[in-house]
Amino acid sequence: MREVYSRRGRIYAGMLALLALGVLVLGAFVGLGQEALQSWHGAVSAFDGYLLRVARFTLLQAGLSTLLSVLPAILVARALARHPRFFGRGFILQLFAVPLALPGIVAALGILALYGRAGFLAPFLSSLSGERWQGIYGLSGILVAHVFFNLPLAARLLLAALETVPADQWKLSAQLGMGAGATFRLVEWPVLRAALPGVATLVFMVCAVSFTVVLTLGGGPRATTLEVAIYQALRFDFDPARAIALTLVQVALTALIVFVLFQLGATMTADASLPAAPRRSVFPRPAETSFNFGVLLLALVFVAGPMAATVIAGLGADLPRLAGERAVLDATATSLILAGLAAFLCLLLSIALVMARRSLEMSRGGRRARLLERLTDTGASMVLIVPPIVIGAGWFILLRHFGDVFAFAPLMVVAVNAAMALPFTMRAIRPAYDAASARHEKLCLALGIRGWSRFRLVDWPALRRPAATGLAFAMALSLGDLGVIALFGSDRVKTLPYLLFERMGSYRTADAAGLALFLGILCLGLMFIATYWGKRTPDGSAT
Amino acid sequence: MRRTALFAALALGIAGVPASAQEKLTVYTYESFTSEWGPGPVVEKAFEAECGCDLEFVSVADGVALLNRLRLEGEGTEADIVLGLDTNLTYEAKETGLFAPHGIDPGNINVPGGFEDDIFVPYDYGYFAFVYDTEALKNPPESLHDLVEAGDDLKIAIQDPRTSTPGLGLLLWMKAVYGDQAAEAWGKLKDNVLTVTPGWSESYGLFTNGEVPMVLSYTTSPAYHEIADGTERYKAASFSEGHYLQVEVAARTVKAKDKALAERFLSFMTGPGFQDAIPETNWMFPAGKTSAPLDPAFDKLVQPARTLMFSSQEVAENRKAWVDEWLSVMSR
Repeated sequence: MREVYSRRGRIYAGMLALLALGVLVLGAFVGLGQEALQSWHGAVSAFDGYLLRVARFTLLQAGLSTLLSVLPAILVARALARHPRFFGRGFILQLFAVPLALPGIVAALGILALYGRAGFLAPFLSSLSGERWQGIYGLSGILVAHVFFNLPLAARLLLAALETVPADQWKLSAQLGMGAGATFRLVEWPVLRAALPGVATLVFMVCAVSFTVVLTLGGGPRATTLEVAIYQALRFDFDPARAIALTLVQVALTALIVFVLFQLGATMTADASLPAAPRRSVFPRPAETSFNFGVLLLALVFVAGPMAATVIAGLGADLPRLAGERAVLDATATSLILAGLAAFLCLLLSIALVMARRSLEMSRGGRRARLLERLTDTGASMVLIVPPIVIGAGWFILLRHFGDVFAFAPLMVVAVNAAMALPFTMRAIRPAYDAASARHEKLCLALGIRGWSRFRLVDWPALRRPAATGLAFAMALSLGDLGVIALFGSDRVKTLPYLLFERMGSYRTADAAGLALFLGILCLGLMFIATYWGKRTPDGSAT
Repeated sequence: MRRTALFAALALGIAGVPASAQEKLTVYTYESFTSEWGPGPVVEKAFEAECGCDLEFVSVADGVALLNRLRLEGEGTEADIVLGLDTNLTYEAKETGLFAPHGIDPGNINVPGGFEDDIFVPYDYGYFAFVYDTEALKNPPESLHDLVEAGDDLKIAIQDPRTSTPGLGLLLWMKAVYGDQAAEAWGKLKDNVLTVTPGWSESYGLFTNGEVPMVLSYTTSPAYHEIADGTERYKAASFSEGHYLQVEVAARTVKAKDKALAERFLSFMTGPGFQDAIPETNWMFPAGKTSAPLDPAFDKLVQPARTLMFSSQEVAENRKAWVDEWLSVMSR
């Protein structure tokens, strides 16, 4: 009985979080639905050959992007896990969080500075192909950009999963003299396999809703995603019915893919034993070490290249003037406050959902997961696939009956950003929470520790480090987000990416480049703080 | 000048704080108009000094968002004046029934090809043009035809007519020149299009980064570079078939609280207090009277041989079909 009681609180917390998400999404649909009822023809006419083409391309590019991001990420995460201590490791990890914070157009320009028609590598690529290099426009451009965004993300998330492997197992594998192959098969793969569907789902969703990158690097309307069609329906044609229909198609298709992905994965029962070894003991052989460093070097060059281009472009701006500008300072403050609030809210929701999922998993014993459990996990992640423009427009319609819509603007920005960052944060903390729960559940029950004291004394020490990572992820994501901001953006709420775009839109390209650099530095700074904060605990493996 | 910013989305701006007891005039407009380097601050000061009232701007992303915002608000709108629609939108705007006749003397107004409308009052205009980098392109095409027939080496960046105003402008330009052969012409031009971006900002960014030697923009773009950057490196190519015209307009809403004040603003809009700010903040040509001649940089700009333009109604009736035609050619 007591066992049930201890879980119930956590399940309620998760249900509350789900309710919040549901209100956010359904509210938007209700708002849009109101308008759509007046002319519902758009919903029917949305289903044509164009939709078919667009849907096919969306799936193709997102599928390939996922494959190309996640497979190398396994190697990168493994290399990082096998070498827990080397000079620059921490820096690589922090650098890997920066692409998330870059607005699409900044990343696209950075990538083009290398692989574009007038890019740094163009002379080399021209001589390779024998004719003038025409840049990586088309599917290849989209893929390069998506891998740039998602490989580092996937690598970090998979590394977080690998770090839940108890230190004893590493020690044992070293003592048994297991080579890289055996360790991978017996120690690393089971953890990776459990984490992969979630990570792949996340990457797939990020790529499916990609907008600026797809349009700019895609080269033309051949590369059109559903997200573009939704945007067009709402913004240019003002056809809410069509927008709703397209959004539902996008959600349904993604759900289908996610379902398939999860059939490939496996659920893992975490090791319940208390670790005795203080830290990971890994002794890779020289051949493996050189391979791992080769992998890391390649990944680093690939990720750092476009960022270096962004830095170089940014240095061309009049940075001292920019840094002193009132508009820039205000925007920085606004960005930090909104992103901070969104990240905090996001972390709360994520912890609630992760706890609820784990509790539901324990309640069902070995039986199949029920709907609620799936909802607390993948279901909640699906919020990513609902375009911010749909949420924004829906709530605008709904809220206009209640006075000044723009008084709600900051609130909406925080809520939408928190929801959009949720899947990332959940991925970051779930492995650690599940592993800790597997180890401590019985102990807590036996000692009667539950509720807040259990969270503070038992769960939090294990969660602290991944929570810091999740918080930093969410903040980076919100910092770079333009979609929601532009919807609610106004003279009253002006964030850095918003300012960047405003400058770009009025010929001030150098200013925009400077602001991009600023945004990158800000994000890197946040990562440093998050890492420092996360580290101030007993070593993660000792929990 | 109206820039369709990429993510700038559906509707929103601010509804300001009603602070003073003064009479207030609320003007809905687009963001680049009210930004710190836009005409907004200058105009606000000048009009407030004249009327002793409180002029308040509420800004949304761009002209399209402006119309959407109004459609959403309907009869409940706070707007007395809506400033920043272009002639491609006025037909649909009229259909909403939210706009009232302007009732002002159009004597100051001077727009190429003339402009007659009892509701909308123009405040500036500009021509779409391909702007090129003189250091990268020695012999720019001299007509749209030249560009369409040019070899594949000449690369351009354009904008998507589904998401961007200049993008729609090029679509109409091609249609005005090629008529029924537009699809064929797009088929040829396609090989010269390096990329199609969602908005003006992205393609102009690619252009100034050197990715493409030529980009779809406005004839006035070189004036910005000359006056603000002090460089004559960027020029607009003059096309012999003529250039497509964009006219930006304002109108009073039927909900305007003080009809006289709203009319006074529209009238003020056509005079020097407003028009002087337009060239070097909105980077468009003034549609009314300025107190002094424009900066000489404007005299050097391309003077279109012909002004091309469809009526607002033609655009409204054909936009979808023409965009679909473009899509099917460009997706091939």
